[in-house]
Amino acid sequence: MSFEPKNPAIKWVEDRLPLPGMLHHALYEYPTPKNLSYWWTFGSLAGFMLVVQIVTGIVLAMHYTPHVDHAFNSVEHIMRDVNYGWLIRYMHANGASMFFIVVYLHIFRGLYYGSYKAPRELLWWLGLVIFLLMMATAFMGYVLPWGQMSFWGATVITNLFSAIPLVGDSIVTWLWGGFAVDNPTLNRFFSLHYLLPFVIAGVVILHIWSLHTSGSNNPTGVEIKDKQDSIPFHPYYTVKDLFGLAIFLIFFSAFLFYAPNYLGHPDNYIPANPLVTPAHIVPEWYFLPFYAILRAVPDKLGGVLLMFGAILVLFALPWLDKSRIRSARFRPIYKQLFWIFVADCILLTYIGGKPAEGAYLIWGRIATVYYFVHLLILLPLVGLFEKPKPLPASISEDVLSKKKPAKEEAANA
Amino acid sequence: MLKLLMSAGVAAFVSLASLGSAQAAGEAVELKSVAWEHGGLFGAYDRASAQRGAQVYREVCAACHGLSLVAFRTLADLGFTEDEIKALAAEYDFVDGPDDSGEMFDRPGKPSDKFPAPHANEKAARAANGGAYPLDLSLIAKARPNGDNYLYSLLTGYVDAPADFTLAPGMNYNAYFAGHQIAMPPPLMEDQVEFADGTEASIDQMAHDVTVFLTWAAEPKMEQRKQMGLKVILFLLILAGLFYAVKRKVWSDLH
Repeated sequence: MSFEPKNPAIKWVEDRLPLPGMLHHALYEYPTPKNLSYWWTFGSLAGFMLVVQIVTGIVLAMHYTPHVDHAFNSVEHIMRDVNYGWLIRYMHANGASMFFIVVYLHIFRGLYYGSYKAPRELLWWLGLVIFLLMMATAFMGYVLPWGQMSFWGATVITNLFSAIPLVGDSIVTWLWGGFAVDNPTLNRFFSLHYLLPFVIAGVVILHIWSLHTSGSNNPTGVEIKDKQDSIPFHPYYTVKDLFGLAIFLIFFSAFLFYAPNYLGHPDNYIPANPLVTPAHIVPEWYFLPFYAILRAVPDKLGGVLLMFGAILVLFALPWLDKSRIRSARFRPIYKQLFWIFVADCILLTYIGGKPAEGAYLIWGRIATVYYFVHLLILLPLVGLFEKPKPLPASISEDVLSKKKPAKEEAANA
Repeated sequence: MLKLLMSAGVAAFVSLASLGSAQAAGEAVELKSVAWEHGGLFGAYDRASAQRGAQVYREVCAACHGLSLVAFRTLADLGFTEDEIKALAAEYDFVDGPDDSGEMFDRPGKPSDKFPAPHANEKAARAANGGAYPLDLSLIAKARPNGDNYLYSLLTGYVDAPADFTLAPGMNYNAYFAGHQIAMPPPLMEDQVEFADGTEASIDQMAHDVTVFLTWAAEPKMEQRKQMGLKVILFLLILAGLFYAVKRKVWSDLH
């Protein structure tokens, strides 16, 4: 399909810069497997959330003051005096959580259906880069209101770098711009918090470019073989994604309008005080699994390495997973291991929010060990020994074989 | 559709699972639970109660505690009239200036002013309170888990210390304060204020009213938020229904 615009203005642009054609290909004709489930909605939802965060963030930055003496009150100024400031600020704060929810579901979908396997390794890598950038952005954003958790979260996390031998302390001083978390730290975090989302947007474009080069994976894991297998992105997936978006927005709105502080921590409504340490310093929920891994190791450097390792190991996934079958639908053993892994991640999230003592510490260690055992040992082994179920010959065949029994039932009824 | 519900369920579960943990801090003391009028999906602040609470704050709490983020004009939210607000603001003196000759001067408060702090700075506040620092109350209802029930419990939680409990000098026993030792002496006494509407000023009543007032002070846009939420969610439900119908229609020609 080639793009031949009828509108003379669009044609004029197309002849000079083929941007309309690119967009047409990406959002309209992009041949998409016809069997994508709603699990494939979370990619576009993540893109939507990035836009929400950038738009609300730009408005917030118009009213926010990045100074240790004014930051906290400027946020309250937004909440009280700026027209609909409370809405924008709650949207942004809860939006971060929503962004992570959809991205985590998007990642787990990729894990279940083997979306990281050849030829989509780079696509997977770019996704992980986006994830890392998101974590950095969210962390710095949480510092900006300059509440108690902002300050102490920043202190704990930046201090992790002091575990690096020899140069650790110098790096921490360099990050802080001084000898403690203070005004220079707040200023640079604000600057970077504003910058990174645009870097994310850039990597998202690469992510989508890469996606459109190898094509979308699908629940069977079998590639598109002929025209029967695919449908154009528009109108089929635009409308399906719009329905998914509406449902997601209801979920988002429930938090935004009825429990806007539920995902936050009450201590962050106390202005930052370097002299008073909160009883428990807890990061935002989306960091808790990694926080649990950090604290599972008695050695500081070891904990830091393991925490970063927990994410870095995901880059090796396309080579750790030895199975040539993508979708867990046809991998009876991996399917079970996948759900155990999900449970393990939820357990880590839970442990991350509890004090590192007693049974919590023991369970945290077990869950941490299992996290790596799953990725480094079970995943390679199961690929070698597992006997997969027979794959459908094509996406079409799979779709038709599913429709048939339903029709027979209807006929019998 | 089933898968969608599943995914929504997973998302809800993940958020809930993590939430329990986000509240990890805090003591395991069971707070008193009040059926607040501002609770629930449609709850709004009890105006009469909040107005009485404002009186309790001004006549009792304000001796030590600031409310520095709350402007007098915003009291209109609670049903105070413009004249009442002007009169109330004028009861306080503010230093303003410099004037044309470069001098600072005192002037009565205006509705655009915020509640003045009772002390010039933290040092002065500590000096006046035996070393303890009375917190600013603007956000206190959001700065504690289960804030409204916590405030109410704390204010009504001054009981005799158990026999085996040793109180540090100058401290008071409170059943709901973390560690039970609180520097603030029991702030409320029976009939400490005289309510214009004739409500009896029991400790319980004053604690209840000032909690409503402080909850409003911490989250003044709550009513607007809930009202908008209802409209937005109803709209989204209809929109989702329409999108679903369109989706069914668009996909019906596939086989």
